[in-house]
Amino acid sequence: MRETPLSNCEKEFILKNISEQRRLDGRNSYDYRDLRIAFGVSLGCCHVELGKTRVLAQVSCEVGQPKQTRPHDGVLYVNVELSPMACPSFEAGRQTEEGVELSRLMERCLKESRCMDLESLCIVAGEKAWHIRIDIHVLNHEGNILDCSSIAAIAALAHFRRPDVTVQGQEITIHSMEDRNPVPLSIHHIPLLVSFAFFIQGKYMIVDPSEKEEKVMEGKMVIGMNKHREICTLQVTGEMLLLKEQVLRCSNIAVMKVTKITELIHTALANDKQARLRGEKHGFAELISGEKLSSNQQPPIEVKPAFNIYEEDDDSMSSMESDESSLGHKVQEVDIKRYL
Amino acid sequence: MEKHIGCLVMPGDVLDCIKPVEENKKVILGPGLIEDGNFIKISKPGILKFRQPGVYWIDCHQKRYVPAKNDSVIGIITQKPGDIFRVDIGGSELASLSYLSFEGATKRNRPDVKIGDIVYAKLLVANKDMEPELVCIDSHGRSSGMGVIRKGGFLFHCHINLARKLLNPECVVLKQLGRRFKFEIAVGINGRVWVKANNEIQTIAMANAVMASELMNNVQIETMCKKLSKVSSGIDED
Repeated sequence: MRETPLSNCEKEFILKNISEQRRLDGRNSYDYRDLRIAFGVSLGCCHVELGKTRVLAQVSCEVGQPKQTRPHDGVLYVNVELSPMACPSFEAGRQTEEGVELSRLMERCLKESRCMDLESLCIVAGEKAWHIRIDIHVLNHEGNILDCSSIAAIAALAHFRRPDVTVQGQEITIHSMEDRNPVPLSIHHIPLLVSFAFFIQGKYMIVDPSEKEEKVMEGKMVIGMNKHREICTLQVTGEMLLLKEQVLRCSNIAVMKVTKITELIHTALANDKQARLRGEKHGFAELISGEKLSSNQQPPIEVKPAFNIYEEDDDSMSSMESDESSLGHKVQEVDIKRYL
Repeated sequence: MEKHIGCLVMPGDVLDCIKPVEENKKVILGPGLIEDGNFIKISKPGILKFRQPGVYWIDCHQKRYVPAKNDSVIGIITQKPGDIFRVDIGGSELASLSYLSFEGATKRNRPDVKIGDIVYAKLLVANKDMEPELVCIDSHGRSSGMGVIRKGGFLFHCHINLARKLLNPECVVLKQLGRRFKFEIAVGINGRVWVKANNEIQTIAMANAVMASELMNNVQIETMCKKLSKVSSGIDED
């Protein structure tokens, strides 16, 4: 499906506002949108919301042969899925330029930063090793899917537990989850991507561009960094030239953002772990009832209960009616200050 | 029949109370209702609405615009092949707009329209299997408010429901905002809204207020507008 074109009027308006240090959603130039991290019931399933952008990451593992060139290492696959659900202009199955860029950057962020210890995934050198696969599904595209996916991916990896393995001579035993406690992956550091959008020959810069800002921007710089100020990736795209000072300023901003997000990931992981230990309810289903996950919060709408077309089975319908009459959700809170 | 009006219906439901042909009375099926043999079936989840003398339709939450004749829409010019413009109106297909269908346009005097401009236009032809056609003049050859919007301002997209709500003459948001601010607005039924206020800050505030009003009731809208005018002008109304 075609993408909705950007009109001149929107473009001029956005550029004018950016040149006056204003953004449409009331954020400052260096502000991120609201970030929410949630974990599913299964291990290694992470859902991240950045404003209205949503990404779901799922980690899975299987035993396979290690690579010929690296017989002592496990294998990490990164797969990014851009479905038409996220944005109608994305096509299923066909790799677009955007998709290639996204998956390549994710690979650079996760694999080439060596954030994960692949050697610990080896079972028998040259024969058996764990293959860890991470699937990143973009559920909704409202700009900056890159940062959102990197948060989801690394949080999912940190949340994941693989089954324990023992080797006795030639015999390899994979213990079930009930048999032995599953083992977490050893993660050395948490690399995160931070995108900067540039406007008007790189004169103005903003963090976490929204979808419309992404359409207007001239160029983008992506910095992959961990909280120890180690740069894992740096990529500049678009038609613009940057000064050395700008790159340095971006990296300084990235440090702050990365530290903050890393903290958030740790708290989210700790909360989930505690909830699991205490045997409390956890997972996405619980978040929906707690109205944390649903972005489509609606005030109660006066809707009469569903009418009975099949008058005969009255009883089965009446139970549904009560459900439907409670359609209303929490009233959406609107912060007026954000408008200005 | 009356008991079903205003009720929630689901796709696949059969409405056996509306007969396709009643005695000397015509029934018009609006969006969401399809005729299947002797039955009328529902194809969208929503609320069944009825208007005299015999119009039925389903009111549902929708983002996708389906072109219908006589709708006033806001389109974005995407191509200029030859003597027509191709306009994106959010439908499945681009609509065509002849350059002669502007006020005062002749073969020599072409209207000044660029790619990326936005136009407020009416749908002249909108059939299921045909390319929709737009015009920017009424039957008398007058623009009557239609044409290219070229005064700055901001265009934003919203749900079709909200656009319909805004077009209602009793619309509370616009009335409340209109009491406090000076602004221009053009609402296309295809879910595109163009606003322009005194300055950019007010334009953004206006756009956000309109968007936020979708899920609010009248009291909340009033409170929001009060707050908004207080914040932007510093004058407390009470």
